[in-house]
Amino acid sequence: MNPSDRPGNRDDEQIVLSSVDEFLAWGKEHSLFYLLFATACCGIELMQAGGPRYDVDRLGMIPRATPRQADLMIVAGTITHKMASRVRTLWEQMTEPRWVVSMGSCANSGGPFSKWSYSVLNGIDKYVPVDVYIPGCPPRPEALIDGVMALRDRVRRYRTLGERDTTPHVVAGHDAPFGGHCKVPDFGKPPEGKA
Amino acid sequence: MTLDASTPNGERMTLNMGPHHPATHGVLRIVVESDGEVVATCTPDHGYLHRSIEKIGECVEWPMFVPYTDRVDYVCAMNANLAYCVAAEKLLQTDPAATFTVPRRAECIRVLVAELNRISSHLVAVGAMAMDVGAYTPFLHGIAQREGVNDIFEKLCGQRLTYNYVTIGGVAFDLYDGAIDDIRRFLDQFEREMVRFNKLVTTNTIFRDRCAGVATVSAKEAVAWGLVGPNLRGSGVDFDVRRDEPYCVYGELGVQVPVGQAFAGRKGQVGDAYDRYVVRLLEIQESIRLCREVLKLLPPSAEKPNDPIGGIQADVGKLLKKPGKGEIHVRTEAPRGEMGYFLVSDGTKSLFRVRCRTGSFTAAGIFHHVMRGIFLADVVAVIGSFDVVVPEIDR
Repeated sequence: MNPSDRPGNRDDEQIVLSSVDEFLAWGKEHSLFYLLFATACCGIELMQAGGPRYDVDRLGMIPRATPRQADLMIVAGTITHKMASRVRTLWEQMTEPRWVVSMGSCANSGGPFSKWSYSVLNGIDKYVPVDVYIPGCPPRPEALIDGVMALRDRVRRYRTLGERDTTPHVVAGHDAPFGGHCKVPDFGKPPEGKA
Repeated sequence: MTLDASTPNGERMTLNMGPHHPATHGVLRIVVESDGEVVATCTPDHGYLHRSIEKIGECVEWPMFVPYTDRVDYVCAMNANLAYCVAAEKLLQTDPAATFTVPRRAECIRVLVAELNRISSHLVAVGAMAMDVGAYTPFLHGIAQREGVNDIFEKLCGQRLTYNYVTIGGVAFDLYDGAIDDIRRFLDQFEREMVRFNKLVTTNTIFRDRCAGVATVSAKEAVAWGLVGPNLRGSGVDFDVRRDEPYCVYGELGVQVPVGQAFAGRKGQVGDAYDRYVVRLLEIQESIRLCREVLKLLPPSAEKPNDPIGGIQADVGKLLKKPGKGEIHVRTEAPRGEMGYFLVSDGTKSLFRVRCRTGSFTAAGIFHHVMRGIFLADVVAVIGSFDVVVPEIDR
């Protein structure tokens, strides 16, 4: 059989119709390069997620050392007052469209340090707009991947000239596509996002 | 190797490494003044991860501080738990009314989990050091093997990283059914894996030559600058708290202490980066042996949890509600060296003062000394070889 006659190879089957915006969003969704930015304990789980067992490479996620090449900033760990302005600087260096995932209780709200500590920032959302919150101290790599899948939905819906979805998404164990076995207590209404 | 950093016109370039830099293991900032490729001065800037953990120790009750010790050093949280709990028990026991002893089974389990965590911590250390000098694959091998330890700990206490497992007076849970088989199986396959790892990295000529003779710390300097743990032993000083001031059941295990002896051969010196690396690998092998030894000592589980032999938790509840006054400093051997807790009690439910002395803090103190006159590209190798974990410095 002639190769051009095989199913899927015929001329009329090799054409995909799409808008430019949709095509770009598709590309962005499948190549979310993330900034290698680990401040504390969650950084170790972020490394484990990049390791052979969880392997976020298969989602097209590759760590980049410089913010100028990154689409996604995973704030993994405690942010102190001294560090907060640096996080803002890093975020400003990233190119649009940029996405932020807040990983772990410390980045979400200060976590175990929110009550007594005098030096810890209670939530990174005071400095940068956050798209996805992942609770846990630290969250499992499955929870991180779940958060990334939620973010990918958002990236797919992103349109350059359209309005950006800014409602923060909170990963909750009981309705998660992965790791649905863990019950997460109700944290109440998520904080207001500022994108 | 020391190079002269002075030039005729004395022009220097200031280079800012961190706080966000992939090779600084977190948020360490180092301001390097260099003359071309040669480092003239190096000033570490700390405090980007200062979480006021010592202050929190004064606000919370004695047992409530245990989860915070996890976060002092998250790469070896079991050892950090153990350091605080051993210190708190010693302080409670200075009270004449205190009659408790930690059950023997709990002591054995503590040594078991501490050594398993030492393995996983050193895996991160050697993997990250190899990554810093440019080899990514060894890091992935380390992370893959670390999952084995994480699985055991997750079954044991439900957490992968911050365990909160060792308590004041014992441990939180007994070993689960089949834990001993799991650990034996892990140790057997891990020992085989280490042979492959050594073939890949340790005996690799490129890696060895890259680290040989870099940032040499003599034994005298190491003692003078207060280095502890593998960094001290890498310089050829034969000291280990587990052997010289034994706690738990380490006294019965006969801990063998590896010391640096210019492993890199002709090009190396005692106390260079390669020695510190090899000492960590030898400690992994020693930890495998200690895990097997302590499994032989482990007494069978008893019905009552406070049984002095087979129990897991001594009765300390009453004592913790009304502890005696006093102060104590107790040191233990964590993977990054001596971890000592200085506790002051004023007789109330919460401690009056908590002071934590850690290995990374002293290791960061020697940076400006060893980095003078080395090449700029070696700076990351030196940071990797000292194995600093930033929250241990900042706390």
